[in-house]
Amino acid sequence: MQQVESVARPSSAGSAPFGVVENVTKTFPGQRRGPPFVAIETVSLTVEEGELVSLLGPSGCGKTTLLRIVAGLERKTSGTIRIRGREIVEPQRDFGFVFQSPNLMPWRTVLDNILFTMEILGRRDRAAVARAHELLELVGLDAFSKSRPHQLSGGMKQRVSLCRAVIHQPALLLMDEPFGALDELTRMEMHDLLKSIQRVTRATVMFVTHSISEAVYLSDHILVFSKRPGRIAERIAVDLPHPRTAGLRYTDAFTEFEHRAGAALGIVK
Amino acid sequence: MTTFGWQRIVYPALGVILLLAAWHLYVVQFKVPVVVLPSPMQVLNAALRERGALMTHGLVTLKESVYGFALAFVLGVPIAVAVAQSRVLNLTFSPLLVAMQSVPKVALAPIVLVWVGTGIESKLVIALLVAFFPIVVDTVAGMRATPREFLELAHSLRASRWQILTKIQFPAAVPFVIAGSKVAVTLAVIGAVIGEFVGSNEGLGNLLLVANSQLDTPLAFAALFALAILGIALYGAVALLEYVLDLWSGESPLPH
Repeated sequence: MQQVESVARPSSAGSAPFGVVENVTKTFPGQRRGPPFVAIETVSLTVEEGELVSLLGPSGCGKTTLLRIVAGLERKTSGTIRIRGREIVEPQRDFGFVFQSPNLMPWRTVLDNILFTMEILGRRDRAAVARAHELLELVGLDAFSKSRPHQLSGGMKQRVSLCRAVIHQPALLLMDEPFGALDELTRMEMHDLLKSIQRVTRATVMFVTHSISEAVYLSDHILVFSKRPGRIAERIAVDLPHPRTAGLRYTDAFTEFEHRAGAALGIVK
Repeated sequence: MTTFGWQRIVYPALGVILLLAAWHLYVVQFKVPVVVLPSPMQVLNAALRERGALMTHGLVTLKESVYGFALAFVLGVPIAVAVAQSRVLNLTFSPLLVAMQSVPKVALAPIVLVWVGTGIESKLVIALLVAFFPIVVDTVAGMRATPREFLELAHSLRASRWQILTKIQFPAAVPFVIAGSKVAVTLAVIGAVIGEFVGSNEGLGNLLLVANSQLDTPLAFAALFALAILGIALYGAVALLEYVLDLWSGESPLPH
C-alpha cells in the first residue's frame, strides 16, 4: 500500500524528540501461581512536540497500561520513558490526564471541579479562575460554571473534565478513551473541541482509543497495537491537512487512512 | 417524585391512623383496664393535662440527647478518620472498638453512674457511648469507599496526603457520616433514657418511671410518645441538614 514507517526505527540523531518510550515492558504477576501475564512487550515510540499521537488497538492490548505508565500511575517492568529529556518514574505536575469517565466530584461546582487541579498545585488564584472561565467559554459551558455535575449531560461532563486536565497548561496531555462512552454526534463535537483546546494550549497529546475513525480524524501519528502481548504493529503518519473539519470524514483520503489502520489491526484484509 | 409527592404524606398518615384505630377498637372491644392499656384518647388527655411536665422533662432529655450526640460526633469522626488513614491504628483499635460495641450499654449504666454521678454528666456519657459506634463505623466505611478514580486523579497531580484527605476522602465520606449520624442521634435519645432510668429525678425517662410506679399508665404512654416524637424530630433535623448541605444530590456516591 502506501509508505508506512517502521516502528522499530532507531532514535534518529540530531535534536531529541519531545517524548521517547524505549523498550518498555510490563508484566503482571500471574494469578494462582500461573505464569506472569505480559501486558506490554518491548514497546518503543517517539512523540513530537505539539502533535497528537493515538494509541489504537483492541481492548486488552496494553495501550491503556502504557498510557498509565507514561502518566506515572503505574510502574513499568523495564525500559525507559523520557519526556523533554526527563526520565519519568512518577506522576508529573505538568502532565494532564483525562480518564474514561468524567470523574467529576459531585460536591464541587463545575468551576470548582476545574480549579481542583490548581488547588492541588497550590495555584488557585485570580488568574486561575479567569483561565477556568476562558476554558469554559471555549467549550461552550460558561453558563454552567455554578452547576453541579449531576445537572450536566455525559458530553458536558467530559468537556469539564477536559478543562480540568489542561487548566495548568500541561506540556503533555494524556487521554484514556475519553470519548468512548459518548454517542456518535457528541463524540464528533468533542473531537473538534479537543482540537481547538490543543491549538490554544499547544499541548502534546497522547490519546488512547479503539475507534479507527477517531484516531484518523484526530491524529498526526497513529500507533497501532497488536493484541497480547501488546506490541506496536505499525506507525501511521496521518498527513491530512489541519485544521480538520467534519467534512474530511467523508473524503477518499480519510477512508484510505481508515483502511490502512484497519489493515494494521488485521480487521481489513 | 413531585407527581407522587402527596403519596409520601398520605400513606404514612394512613398507617398511623390505622394503628390508632385498631388500638382504640381493641381497648373498647375487650374492655381493657386503663392501668394495662389506656385508649389513645386517654393518652392524649393525659398528655394535655401534663403538658407542662412533658415539656420541662422533654427539654431535659432533648438537651442530654443532643449534647451526647454532639460529643459522640466530635470524638467519633476524628477517631474514624485516623483509623481509616493508618493501617497501624486500624489494626490496633478496630478489635477494641468491636469489643466495646458488643458490651451492652445498659449494663454499663450503673457503673457510669458511680463514676460521674447522677447529674447530666452520666446521661451524656451513656448517650455518647451508644451514639459513638454508628458514627465511627459509617465514617470509616465512607473514608474507605472513596472512588478510586478520584484518588488516581489526585495521584496524577502528586497531591499530598493532607490534600487527598481534606479535598477528596472526607468530602466523599460526608454522605456516610450523615447516614451514621441519623442512626446515632436516635440512639442518643435511648442512651439518655437509659441514664435517666438508672438514676435521675428529671427527664422523660424519669417521668415515665414515676408515672408507671403511680399506675398512671396514660401518662407513661404520653411520655413514651413524647420520646418517640423527640427521636423523630432529631432524626428529621439531621435529614434536613443533609438536604441543606445538598451534597451528592442527584448522584450516587460511585461514578458511572
